[in-house]
Amino acid sequence: MKSRSRILVNATGLAVFAVTVFPVFWMVSTALKPNEEIFSTTPRPLPGDPTFRHFDFVLNGGIANTSFWSYLGNSLILALVTVVASGLLALLAAVALVRFRFKFRTTYLVMLLVVQMVPAEALVIPLFLDLKQLALLDNLAGLALVYIAFSLPFSIWMLRSFVAAVPRELEEAALIDGAGPVRAFFSVLLPLVTPGLIATSIFSFITAWNEFVFAFTFLDDQAKYTLPIMLQYFFGRSGNEWGPIMAASTLLTVPVILFFLLVQRRMVSGLTAGAVKG
Amino acid sequence: MIRTRTRITPYLLILPTLVVIGALLFWPMIQIGMLSAQQVGHRQLRGEPAQWVGTDNYTAVLESDLFWSSFMHTVLFAAVAVTLTMAVGTAVGLLLNQLRGRMSNFVAGGVMIAWATPPITAAIVFSWLFGSTGGLANWVLEALPDALVGGGWRDYNWFGSPFPTYVVLTVCVVWQSFPFVAVSVLAGLKSVPGELFEAAKVDGASAWRTFWRITFPLLRPIFLVLLVLSIIWDFKVFTQLFVMSGLANRDAYNLSLFAYAEAFGSMNAKLGLGSAIATVLTVILLVVTALYVRMMVRRGELA
Repeated sequence: MKSRSRILVNATGLAVFAVTVFPVFWMVSTALKPNEEIFSTTPRPLPGDPTFRHFDFVLNGGIANTSFWSYLGNSLILALVTVVASGLLALLAAVALVRFRFKFRTTYLVMLLVVQMVPAEALVIPLFLDLKQLALLDNLAGLALVYIAFSLPFSIWMLRSFVAAVPRELEEAALIDGAGPVRAFFSVLLPLVTPGLIATSIFSFITAWNEFVFAFTFLDDQAKYTLPIMLQYFFGRSGNEWGPIMAASTLLTVPVILFFLLVQRRMVSGLTAGAVKG
Repeated sequence: MIRTRTRITPYLLILPTLVVIGALLFWPMIQIGMLSAQQVGHRQLRGEPAQWVGTDNYTAVLESDLFWSSFMHTVLFAAVAVTLTMAVGTAVGLLLNQLRGRMSNFVAGGVMIAWATPPITAAIVFSWLFGSTGGLANWVLEALPDALVGGGWRDYNWFGSPFPTYVVLTVCVVWQSFPFVAVSVLAGLKSVPGELFEAAKVDGASAWRTFWRITFPLLRPIFLVLLVLSIIWDFKVFTQLFVMSGLANRDAYNLSLFAYAEAFGSMNAKLGLGSAIATVLTVILLVVTALYVRMMVRRGELA
């Protein structure tokens, strides 16, 4: 009886896995199929005659005559700048929130919660006008600023609980041993909150890497497009070329998924510590 | 000396975030309200000062049928998508809690994949799955007995009218958002002492009863937070609808797409009008956020 219910639970688990992964599987499978198979009247799950033709097309300037690598470069730079800047700024704020009691602390926390909920789709209108005024429209630096701002509230919120988990005594011990506050920060606190910084980094990386609305609205020059914009542009222009479209989608998605799975366990602990402290 | 330094230290530490968040999130939020009372078109974009038009934008918006259909779509979609997200997410969370060791990690990993997928790719992949030529969904529906699903699916266009578009949108959004609920519920379950469930089992309570009598009350705070977050996320869904339906299909607009279309969609940009719609959306979300903040205060998260 016991083992039968275990089999049932495991089978349900596998079914959930299969259904959930299916769209991604279908994306990759389509990307590897020759056109005859993609539009065949009897679709098959796996490519019968796998080909890298579509990937080749996408990677070698098939889209808008600009190399795929330049879009990848734009996306990567934006994501890295966002990760580093928001991680650093969020850590400073998290230390302030955990280690100090100060006036307006609660106000600051409430502000974080509120701005986190404001729809990007609404802010895109004023931000468009602001960046235009600052001559930062159609500019990756302007976009980076917006991404940093958008990933900050959640990063601070999450890092706060990681900093709180570091016993204060450890820092005090370092201070007593004659280390300055800066040294105590770098040699005691920083190593201990590294898991938290990693979990936070994933969130800000994904915020920047996946972002669509701002990049779509602010960027005009094709050379500055990020991957999602390139994908949308390509999809809009050649809506039925599913092979290359799925190949491009795969190239955009796989790095995020790998990144995600690589740090999956840390991620869950990050979530339980931050977003949903039970 | 040391005294004053500690006193200003926290302010120095939060200063950079305060500047960035203030300038790029908080100030624009106030700007939306201001813009919604202005006429901002091509002339203003070229540098002419904006014209104050009072409540004209709101009158125009509230009088348009498009606003009310967008509003209905937003609310109905959020209601259905949130319900499904919570139900599927909770069920999968409970399942993950039953799985052991490697199996649990394996299934959780698969579920994470849906979560990690960029919205733009998700939208495009679902457009392909539900495509009218070569789409898998139509093929499956055509292959199923007609008595069950009816006939004529072969070339069915899912994106030709609002209802089927929203069906696909719902499937796509729920697929992407249930993992967060599942993982959070799992995390919550791990923190519940196992004895409580053992006791229920000894008493012969059914799984359904155990859930409503024990699990749900214990995880209530988590469920509330997840519910509020899901409502907020599903209310403002944009990218997926933009990709599947586009700005040309006015019938299928929701509020965020409508706001965007008015502001940037046509040659005749109306950023003031767009802001008025965006303000309506923002105010609704701020009300939900207020509930969220109150819950967080009660749970002592701001301490």
